[in-house]
Amino acid sequence: MNRSTTILLNLVLVGCLGLFLWWAEGNLDGYKIQILNLIAVNIILALSLNLIYGFTGMFSLGHAGFMAIGAYVCSILIMTPEQKETLFILQEALPWVQNSHAPFLVAVIAGGAVAALFGLVIGAPLLRLGDDYLGIATLGFAEIVRVIANNIPRVTNGALGFKGIPDHANLWWNYGWCLLTLYFVIRILNSNTGNVFKAIRDDETAAKAMGIDVFRIKLLSFTFGAFFAGVGGALLASLLTTIDPKMFLFTLTFNVLMIVVTGGLGSITGSILAGTGITVMLEWLRFVENPVTIGDWTLPGIPGMRMVVFSLVLILVILFRREGIMGMREIHWGTVARLIKGGKA
Amino acid sequence: MSMILETKGLTMRFGGLVAVSEFSASVPQGSITGLIGPNGAGKTTCFNMVTGFYKPTEGQVFFEGKELTGMSPHQVCRAGIARTFQNIRLFGNETAIENVMIGSFVRQRTGWIQSVLMTPMSLREEREIRDRSMELLDVVGLAGIAQEKANSLPYGAQRRLEIARALATKPRFLLLDEPAAGMNPQESLELMDFIRTIRTRFDLTILLIEHDMKVVMGVCEHMWVLDYGVTIAEGGPEAIQSNPKVIEAYLGEEYVKYA
Amino acid sequence: MNLATFIQHFLNSLTLGSLYALIAIGYTMVYGILRLINFAHSEIFMLGAYLVFWGITLFHLPWPVAMVASIILVAGIGILVDRIAYRPLRDAPRISALISAIGVSFFLQNVAIVFFQAIPRQVYRPAWLENPMIWGEVRVLPLTLFVPLLSLFLMLALVYIVYHTKAGLGMRAISKDIETSYLMGVSVNKVIALTFGIGSALAAASGIMWALRYPQLQPIMGAIPGFKAFIAAVFGGIGSIQGAVIGGLALGFIEIMTVAFFPDLAGYRDAFAFVLLIAILLVKPTGLLGVKTEDKV
Repeated sequence: MNRSTTILLNLVLVGCLGLFLWWAEGNLDGYKIQILNLIAVNIILALSLNLIYGFTGMFSLGHAGFMAIGAYVCSILIMTPEQKETLFILQEALPWVQNSHAPFLVAVIAGGAVAALFGLVIGAPLLRLGDDYLGIATLGFAEIVRVIANNIPRVTNGALGFKGIPDHANLWWNYGWCLLTLYFVIRILNSNTGNVFKAIRDDETAAKAMGIDVFRIKLLSFTFGAFFAGVGGALLASLLTTIDPKMFLFTLTFNVLMIVVTGGLGSITGSILAGTGITVMLEWLRFVENPVTIGDWTLPGIPGMRMVVFSLVLILVILFRREGIMGMREIHWGTVARLIKGGKA
Repeated sequence: MSMILETKGLTMRFGGLVAVSEFSASVPQGSITGLIGPNGAGKTTCFNMVTGFYKPTEGQVFFEGKELTGMSPHQVCRAGIARTFQNIRLFGNETAIENVMIGSFVRQRTGWIQSVLMTPMSLREEREIRDRSMELLDVVGLAGIAQEKANSLPYGAQRRLEIARALATKPRFLLLDEPAAGMNPQESLELMDFIRTIRTRFDLTILLIEHDMKVVMGVCEHMWVLDYGVTIAEGGPEAIQSNPKVIEAYLGEEYVKYA
Repeated sequence: MNLATFIQHFLNSLTLGSLYALIAIGYTMVYGILRLINFAHSEIFMLGAYLVFWGITLFHLPWPVAMVASIILVAGIGILVDRIAYRPLRDAPRISALISAIGVSFFLQNVAIVFFQAIPRQVYRPAWLENPMIWGEVRVLPLTLFVPLLSLFLMLALVYIVYHTKAGLGMRAISKDIETSYLMGVSVNKVIALTFGIGSALAAASGIMWALRYPQLQPIMGAIPGFKAFIAAVFGGIGSIQGAVIGGLALGFIEIMTVAFFPDLAGYRDAFAFVLLIAILLVKPTGLLGVKTEDKV
């Protein structure tokens, strides 16, 4: 399987995706389209966390914080000054918040960039910490972001949050960003830099001995992850059209962590598969929470049951299949070819 | 004869425990030398001080005339010193060739931006690194298992892979920590040849920690003997073998009379 | 601020600090022996409060009986969590147990939402705790004194167990070196179970008293106090019981006194703990009373 064949096959795949999206836009109902949108965003988020944790070995639990930053930055930029005027009822927005406006593409990039900046700033002191400590420190960071968002109404409208965010995030934007994220992550991980990420995950001490500035590389990986988490948050804001600080609790990070662990820490394919599967499962499980009518009987919905099942699945995965669906393996075109050939023989 | 490495009074104290005391050595360029002594004598601690993993409590390290004392490990490697570890530290989940390629990273010229943009220069360098890594695997006799995961390799192969990886950093000074551990006599003989070969082929100076006396006496031109952190003797193989203090340290007082 | 108000704040700080300290002890003991951050501990805290509520409303138990029953039951739940979700992962990489703990935490939280519904509920307060005592200008609920006193009693009981019983000796041994403890004949699994039991019991007691003090039950009530208590444990030195107590009390005082002197910061109260966390991790990660351990190269 040489390089040009792989590139050709990839282009064909992207083309098929494009066709599918075009078909879906015209033929599926709003609910199903929303699920497709969420799948794209969740894949972006899963890849960003997998890059930090699955590939570089940094146990970061701060994703909700980066997502919040991306979401708010993007929302501020895509809402028109007039929309913001009506939104900020309690207190007037600060001038730069009130008057800034930018096209969607710029807003999403800005969301990612600001999140990346924060990643750089908090990564510098925190990445020197080991495993568990890094986890709780990043968790603390995410909580600080949330509390601050609640308390600076002139920027974030406080606890009220934003409503009526323009819904630019359609299938094309979401999957476009998803493919971009995928391209970046695959390119990085296939390069020697990507090998170094994995080296740091496997044995930091040996990496240092081989001349690798572990701290700087960790910071690099962390910043990338923060960028794409910010992008994910930005897209989510436009997709859901409302955001408020309560959205960015630890539960959000947990969902992304769940996808990454189930898919396989260190597998891009795993993140894609689990991102799709778990998004669908979460939506499908909604039926458990809503009342169901069978004939004359109405079974009452059980709110909260979704998360019960969800967390149970995580526990089962970690107890019985720690490496998730894919472990650290990937599905390449080569693998596909072998499967087909194997079938024929 | 210029000295590629000089240590002056290197001392390492952990709280009240003195692991190494006043280790002063001059390693001639191009030589193969040894650091020997009973277990716990402080040999790996010396390695750790030279390579930046420990900050010496006292003393200095000079490499090619420039002071290295207290530099961080990656800076030491960048300066031209590479090492292997007593308990093999490979990148277990990566393949053999990936392990060696990671070793090349410190000398890589193109960065991640070029990799992402797939510039011709970065693609060319990646190919060069891959080719060179295959060559190094060939030198240590592991070309056949290049695509195997490192932690699935047999012990002997892992040791050799660690050396290949260290060589990928283009060092001028190579520290080997117990390279013959777990080897049978035949393998030890091959190792001795191998050490001499890479010294010439890669223009290296080599310092090894070793317990296998056949290897040490066979391949080292000069050695230092540590016991409880103190340098009790130094010299060539014959001098060391008949040194009463060395015999006492290894075998106990009663054997001194056999010197 | 006059003396009366200050005394008020001081007693409130003591109460809050004691509640944090009791929870923090559980975190620190488990971390000390297993190097595991027991994320589920905050739900143990919550269950303590809820089971008392259930006992009173559903089974019409008298309040002291409900309290004791809840503590015993929750201690059992804590032991069960270890047995099911952590013990199988003893030999796995540490992160696996950590992820399992996060999973259990969310599981318990959402089970509580399913069983008890997410709406906050009022808690029954026995009258004798409610009638304020008045000394001059100072108005104090007996509850405000009850909490520190009961906490002190529980902590002394713990000190006795840890330093004067064989089981406690086992706990201290395991926290120093688990491998050697196995070899020395310590029934490690039993001691670990006991540790979870005691830690959970203390957290349950704290949960019950918390519900009395801030009389609202919610399934998510454990998350924030739990996390703050963990921060307190880290601040005092994770692995050290004395550290957990000092950390818990310190955090209680910082939270209440800072807002007392700077009322404008009230909205940021929850963030103090997180700022404290990052500060301590940057300055002295092992905490006030912690000890540094070296990595062998």
